[in-house]
Amino acid sequence: MSYRIKGNTGEWEVVIGLEVHAQVISKSKLFSGAATKFGADPNHHVSLVDAAMPGMLPVLNKEVVEQGVRTGLGLRAQINMKSVFERKNYFYADLPQGYQISQFLEPIVGEGTITLDLEGGDVREVGVERMHLEQDAGKSVHDQHPTQSYIDLNRSGVALMEIVSKPDLRSPEEAGAYLRKLRSILRYLGTCDGNMDEGSMRADVNVSVRKPGDELGTRTETKNVNSIRYVQQTIEHESKRQVKILEEGGEIVQETRLFDASNGTTRSMRSKEEAHDYRYFPDPDLLPLVLDPAWVEEIKATIPELPDEKKERFINDFGLSAYDAGILVADREKAMFYEEVAEGRDPKLAANWVMGDFFGALNKSGLSLDASPVSAKQLGGLIGLIKDNTISGRIAKEVFEVMWETSKDADTIVEEKGLKQITDTGPIEAAIDEIMAANPEQVDAFRGGNEKLIGWFVGQTMKATGGKANPGMVNQLLKKKLAG
Amino acid sequence: MSVDKNTVAKIARLARIRVDEKQQEELTGELNQILGWIEQLSELDTDGVEPMTSVVEMTQPLREDVVNDGYYVDRVTKNAPESAHGFYAVPKVVE
Repeated sequence: MSYRIKGNTGEWEVVIGLEVHAQVISKSKLFSGAATKFGADPNHHVSLVDAAMPGMLPVLNKEVVEQGVRTGLGLRAQINMKSVFERKNYFYADLPQGYQISQFLEPIVGEGTITLDLEGGDVREVGVERMHLEQDAGKSVHDQHPTQSYIDLNRSGVALMEIVSKPDLRSPEEAGAYLRKLRSILRYLGTCDGNMDEGSMRADVNVSVRKPGDELGTRTETKNVNSIRYVQQTIEHESKRQVKILEEGGEIVQETRLFDASNGTTRSMRSKEEAHDYRYFPDPDLLPLVLDPAWVEEIKATIPELPDEKKERFINDFGLSAYDAGILVADREKAMFYEEVAEGRDPKLAANWVMGDFFGALNKSGLSLDASPVSAKQLGGLIGLIKDNTISGRIAKEVFEVMWETSKDADTIVEEKGLKQITDTGPIEAAIDEIMAANPEQVDAFRGGNEKLIGWFVGQTMKATGGKANPGMVNQLLKKKLAG
Repeated sequence: MSVDKNTVAKIARLARIRVDEKQQEELTGELNQILGWIEQLSELDTDGVEPMTSVVEMTQPLREDVVNDGYYVDRVTKNAPESAHGFYAVPKVVE
């Protein structure tokens, strides 16, 4: 079902493009040796280069270039062997240089593709227009003084990747799927931590509307939206606002807007109207960046298996559904955990346990994966016990709960609590005989044609054996004995 | 290529430089003269010639990713007209 805005004159299609700013994982800044770590005291992670003191010269960080190339490869994008840093000129209190060093005409990464995982296991390809490297600005604090703003340059000069999508997205859901997938890929690659709370990933949201089949409408750009939910709210609000204006005979003004999280709306940033004239020109302090093809090949060799490939492998090799595989690969640590559990075990049974009881317990306790009281190896051990009939699935749930409490191995718990499944026909037969002798009227009813009663007999037998009897054997033996 | 007085006024405003009417007039003339000199370069045939980005033959040098700078907030804010609690303090700029 396509997403449409219903107006008075019919349905409108929404066209969305996202510019994502992702902070590059590196120890030092893009052009200086100051630290990038989050949360330092004001202006401690600042060098004279970041503060734009006269005569200071930028020197490019090799690791950041490598991370940029790695990201490009992960987005299945064109790597440009030559790229150019330019100055984007504007004035703001937290931009000491008076320009941002960015890339404009010749970015380091060209066109690529991101595959969206949509509801119900559907997939859709979305184009990436480009990715370039640039400096972040500083931070302004407005609420500490009645007449002054405080400026902290710790973030000034930290490397960002700006990843620009093509206007291929058509609904808030798709925009959400795009951001989740992009974040997942960046985390797999280790090029951005994707932490939106700390501002490591933020999005500029371009929205326009049109009647299906028409030319693209005029767009607006809502800046610096810092959560997936806010991006979706921006799209919902902005598309409705534009439809209303157009249906009332008005025109959309191409402008920069701000998202207001307190009421989920957007508003115009009038002060930015003139700022769009950035007068880009190549930074005379920096030569063009030329990549050695051998280096790019070396970087290519370090690219890990990415979510799409992993998903494909889980489906083909493990027989998982597209939906299950999608959930398991979304987070790299969880995917690795699953693979460790499934190692040498039944992969489908492992998937059910990881996604069911295990993720359930993790969510309920509010723990992160690395703080889990049950290790992947231990969970694998439990699954092994189910598979080799040492315990039934029902008992396994009981064992799992004890494992979660005590962090003990499954076989230890089974041993200590005497939960080993009865697979010996003797005791099961004895239990059945006793039940049949005590309930002759039920036996007669069954033999008289009420075959549903088999369930009752199974229940009684399980109860008599403390739940430890092998259910398959109980069924088999019951059928034989009841048949007379 | 040439510029008119309005363009000069706009460039001045974008660069945050105050240029009065009379100066705008003078600058328009000066800039057009400079642009005229640069224009002469277009008489040369540069088809197939790579743009020169540096007078020396070299590529962009790269730095290893190590933290070896910063941690001197006093030096960073020393020239600031005003600072407070390690921040630069500037007239309120709020959107």
